[in-house]
Amino acid sequence: MINLFKIASRNLFRYKRRTLLTLGLIVIGVVSVAVFVSVTDSFKNMMIGQITDSYIGHLQVHRKGYIAAIETLPLNMNLKARAYGKIENVLKDTPGVEAYAPRIKLGGMFSNFTETTNIRLNGVDPEKEALTSPLLMSRVLEGEKAIRKGAILVPELLARGMKVKVGDLVVIIATNKDGSVNGKQFEVGGILEGVTGPGGRDGYVHIDDAADLLRMEEPEVSEIAVRVKDFSRLRSLFADIEGRLAQEKNPAGQPAFEVHTWETLSPFYNIARMIDLMTIFIKIMLVAIVLVSIMNVMIMAVYERVREIGTIAAMGTPPRRILSLFLVEGFLLGAIGAIVGALLSVGIVFILNLSKITFDFGRQTDLLLSARLNPADLIAVVGIVIVVAVAASLQPSFKAARMDPIRALGHV
Amino acid sequence: MALIVAQDLKKTFRTGDVSTEALRGVSFSIEEGAFVSFIGPSGSGKTTLLNLIGCLDKPSSGKLLVAGMEVTSLNGTDAALFRGKHIGFIFQSFNLIPVLTVFENIEYPLVMVQNVPADRRREAVEKLLEAVGMTDQRGKKPDQLSGGQKQRVAIARALVTNPDLVLADEPTANLDRDTAMTIIRLMKAIRDKLRTTFVFSTHDARIINEVESVYRLEDGILKPGDGGI
Repeated sequence: MINLFKIASRNLFRYKRRTLLTLGLIVIGVVSVAVFVSVTDSFKNMMIGQITDSYIGHLQVHRKGYIAAIETLPLNMNLKARAYGKIENVLKDTPGVEAYAPRIKLGGMFSNFTETTNIRLNGVDPEKEALTSPLLMSRVLEGEKAIRKGAILVPELLARGMKVKVGDLVVIIATNKDGSVNGKQFEVGGILEGVTGPGGRDGYVHIDDAADLLRMEEPEVSEIAVRVKDFSRLRSLFADIEGRLAQEKNPAGQPAFEVHTWETLSPFYNIARMIDLMTIFIKIMLVAIVLVSIMNVMIMAVYERVREIGTIAAMGTPPRRILSLFLVEGFLLGAIGAIVGALLSVGIVFILNLSKITFDFGRQTDLLLSARLNPADLIAVVGIVIVVAVAASLQPSFKAARMDPIRALGHV
Repeated sequence: MALIVAQDLKKTFRTGDVSTEALRGVSFSIEEGAFVSFIGPSGSGKTTLLNLIGCLDKPSSGKLLVAGMEVTSLNGTDAALFRGKHIGFIFQSFNLIPVLTVFENIEYPLVMVQNVPADRRREAVEKLLEAVGMTDQRGKKPDQLSGGQKQRVAIARALVTNPDLVLADEPTANLDRDTAMTIIRLMKAIRDKLRTTFVFSTHDARIINEVESVYRLEDGILKPGDGGI
């Protein structure tokens, strides 16, 4: 086998320019795919991290039908204490759950005593929210990075429009589920940076203040945000939690709760899917490059060595051995190109990260591009190239193996 | 003991509606250790006959035994295995592999055909390099050799598998007279030493005197009185 590789590698370099050109094409293809995948994946993962860690959470649990009506933030679809207790028991009993946080979501009027506008608010438990949405406080642009009772974190666009700053007093007016209106005065505790997606421009208050504002006689929550320990296991954990909660039925005999992953809650999921589609498309292009270039080289190699094939066949080389010889040549072309391309990609990604490239996305500016090459992705790209290289060599190799020695020896 | 026995060998080539009889009932017998040449003008059927003996082609009819094996019924793979075990080839244009050195060219059949371990390969190649006088040239590539040197390497390559039979199609056609004579004498000396049967085709009258038996072919027929039965 070693001798086969030795002979095959010598054969490859008998036409140095052609081999180097083919290798160059493969290297460019591999680098393009690997760098594209690393950059887009990093962008995607960063955005998903931003979205999940700064406000959505990885999963959310609601009362059945809440998400369909979320635009109106319906208070009559809140979870009562008993329902919350059941969900809490399931979450506590699920080892993959890192943290969870109850939220009261409400719509109200925001007044600076001279102007009034509408606002969407989240009433949160600061400690639980910090564990579930660890990046929430990093969005505080000014003021205190905390949610204390009597204070409100105001979204930056609203703060700018209403000309309020940290320390100002504002009033929030809200209608509770019974239709009675109540108002409560808050101090602006901080200005919150907006992020892309629904809920990305909500204000935050303490959960007790929200309950007080809505004059809740008993504790209620609108949603429970959940953070999982291992994001890569989100789907299985989602299925597990959903399955266990599905046992709880409402009076209509349907599941009482609904569970959603961030994917169904954020429109960024569509962008993430588009990125995945583009990745597949660019991989198909890589396959085409490798297929065409290697097939071309191998067809030429067979055509140029017809007499030689006749000679080795006449000497008694079994057809399968001739087949192997040419397949190994294709394999080597693919493997060398893929490995060189992979190493180059690692270097380029390293330089990209050293360059500290920033970009803007939506209202978020100066996001640092931190490209990361996933070893599994790199191995997959190398694997694809090698498999396609061998596949592209099959037809020419079979042709060589089936060649009639007499015709081959007589070839001019 | 006869190494090759041919009985009423016929070979007809067809191109569309046209058929050409290259061999028209050839019978002969060649003993082990013989040094035999088939001579005749171009188109007389020499190469066709050598191709049949070498199991590169099949006759249209007739019987052919090589090393005790009826070779006309062998399929492609079995014929390849048979050639690898029993037959060595020397070609008119030497047909050395350009990317391999002299040593590696001689070693090639042991690697690709017989899968012989490295130490035994080295030993066999060293012995043949010495036999053909190419020890000093072992590291050279074919393009660094003269025609005579290339043919010496080709002879060594044909012999490295220790075959029963070496077939050489016009082995001296691309060589000058002196080199041609040297090559024929070298082949004969090796035959004397190893007792390998040499069968070659030629229309080179210069070397006929060096051959022990001559079979004359004309229009696909073996002419009587020249060793044919």
